[in-house]
Amino acid sequence: MDEVVRLRPPRNRVERRAVAYWLANELTVTAVPVVVLAVLAAVITPARPWLLLAMWIILAIGVPYGVVVPFWRYRVHRWEVTDDAVYTRTGWLWQEWRIAPMSRIQTVDTARGPLEQLFGLASVTVTTASAAGPLRIPGLDHELAASLVERLTETTQAHRGDAT
Amino acid sequence: MSTAEWQRLHRHTVAVSALTVAGLAVGIAFPILFGILRRGGPVGFVLLIAAGGVVAVTGVATLADWLRWRHSSYRVTDERVELRYAWVVHTLRSIPRDRVRTVDLMANPLLRVFGLTKVKIGTGHQTTGQRSHLVLDPVSRERAEELRRELLDRVPAREKAAAPPPALAALDWSWIRYAPVSVATPILGTAAFGGVMQVADWAGMESSVISLVADIFGDTPIPLLVLALVGIGLAIGFVGSLGLFVEMWWRYRLTRDSGTLLVRRGLFTTRSLSLEQRRLRGVDVFEPLGARMLGAARVDVVATGVKAWSERDNSDPKTLLPAAPIAIARRVAVDVLLADPLSTVDFRPHPTAARTRRLWWAGYAVLGIAGVLALLGVLLTVVLLHLAWISVVVLTPVAVALALDDYRNLGHGLTDDYLVTRYGAGSRHTVALVRDGIIGWTVRRSPFQRRAGLITIAATTAANSGQYLVRDIAENDGLRLAEKAVPGLLTPFLEPRR
Repeated sequence: MDEVVRLRPPRNRVERRAVAYWLANELTVTAVPVVVLAVLAAVITPARPWLLLAMWIILAIGVPYGVVVPFWRYRVHRWEVTDDAVYTRTGWLWQEWRIAPMSRIQTVDTARGPLEQLFGLASVTVTTASAAGPLRIPGLDHELAASLVERLTETTQAHRGDAT
Repeated sequence: MSTAEWQRLHRHTVAVSALTVAGLAVGIAFPILFGILRRGGPVGFVLLIAAGGVVAVTGVATLADWLRWRHSSYRVTDERVELRYAWVVHTLRSIPRDRVRTVDLMANPLLRVFGLTKVKIGTGHQTTGQRSHLVLDPVSRERAEELRRELLDRVPAREKAAAPPPALAALDWSWIRYAPVSVATPILGTAAFGGVMQVADWAGMESSVISLVADIFGDTPIPLLVLALVGIGLAIGFVGSLGLFVEMWWRYRLTRDSGTLLVRRGLFTTRSLSLEQRRLRGVDVFEPLGARMLGAARVDVVATGVKAWSERDNSDPKTLLPAAPIAIARRVAVDVLLADPLSTVDFRPHPTAARTRRLWWAGYAVLGIAGVLALLGVLLTVVLLHLAWISVVVLTPVAVALALDDYRNLGHGLTDDYLVTRYGAGSRHTVALVRDGIIGWTVRRSPFQRRAGLITIAATTAANSGQYLVRDIAENDGLRLAEKAVPGLLTPFLEPRR
């Protein structure tokens, strides 16, 4: 009891494919304004230097961010579901660990965006009665996510009360 | 007497709406009218237009409210409370009776003249969705009291004792001395100046107000004038805050009636709030800066559904006790919780690294303000450069004092049933949160905290804002605190440090 403790990382990493998904996602977000600016620069000759400058700034920030962040995220995002609780860790510099006991979980949902579907991924959202926001486990294999939701729903239904 | 019949809201609502809108319209029309007439508009014609406008606006609003009244109805069945509106758009709001947690009555002066009151029936759920409450606007006062008894009492009303329950707290007029030291004073003072200028603007007299002031104070030096204006503002704020206190807390009583806490108060607008004891998750003994210097504190409730509940009226419904001497605040906290975590808890201070962080923040804040002033000074005028160094001299002691106070206030502790956390710079919160009400933990660490060996832990709860923080606690202490507060939850996720 008196030994010095720390939080151990949750056991599971997200799916390896999630890195590819995040790469695609971040690069799309960068690509859209870059393409728009490039087209505008080609069309509007007088404003060309300024439009190109804006495009290069977005590229200079967006590309390194889009390339580096997915790998960081893969390193730091972890999750674990035990019989008693859901446990997640996020954040590289500003770290956050979240724990929600099974007995206090109100709803469990999965969400799949179009790009996520392409990569066969899904994210799971675990909501408690707190207004401080739900726990999210992104980047799961979609079948794993579905079975996780089923398991969580079964476990939480076994607990009685209104979870407040 | 729960009947399944659909009932109308009170028909006098149409008259109330008509009078409200007519009053508003006249109030807005008058200064505009005055302004136009001063510029020499044709009197008869302008009056006619204004009167026509007032009548038209009132007519439309009255018709709208009549339609709303005509097509709205509500009923209380054995299982549900329902409010429906059926004309063009059909809506049905339905709340299961066993989910009803609050029945709150609110009446503004006009409604009271007509003997009416609004009734807000809520489930006490955090979700701000449409379904969490419905408002009967309005019903007669007798009907409202009847509804409250009917919906909140699981036992039939007639079995209850006729005598009113003893008060946990009632208004002591000496508490009014804490009103002027609240934030209301400067806000009302500023608002008064703004209001004068706004009305003058409507009437087109803005420049004459300024020249009037210039005439009166023409020979006074500027610093003195500023002082005089601040003084007048504070005086207005002082009187206004007293008036506000009277309006808000007139006939204030906090009672407990068969497991439901009840607050009744208000002079012109009567407010009455109910809270089932089982929704209670704790209390927040809050000492705003001014009250704290006079040894006073306010008691706010920490309960599920409080946030959703306060969204529509700004009368601070989470307050159980206005600023009162700290001993009374503590006694009320004990009476509300039926436990005494605040005086039995053993507050632990936080590591000195937390103080170092706060001093850095103070330094950054002062440098930030001075930096902006200095930058503008270099670009614009030398006056701002002087302001920059003056602000460093003046603000540094204030910022350092706040930082040290913030650190001194940091504290946490556990009792058998409560987690207690204390925090705040200047104003101070002491929150007792029932340990059963903690529905999860969030542990956060910034790069700076990591270097200092600190973490911030947040107990998530279904009440109020959703989480209560213990800031900048030593990593091991924080994890042990969380582990002890909710046994077993955190333990499987801890490992010994190498």
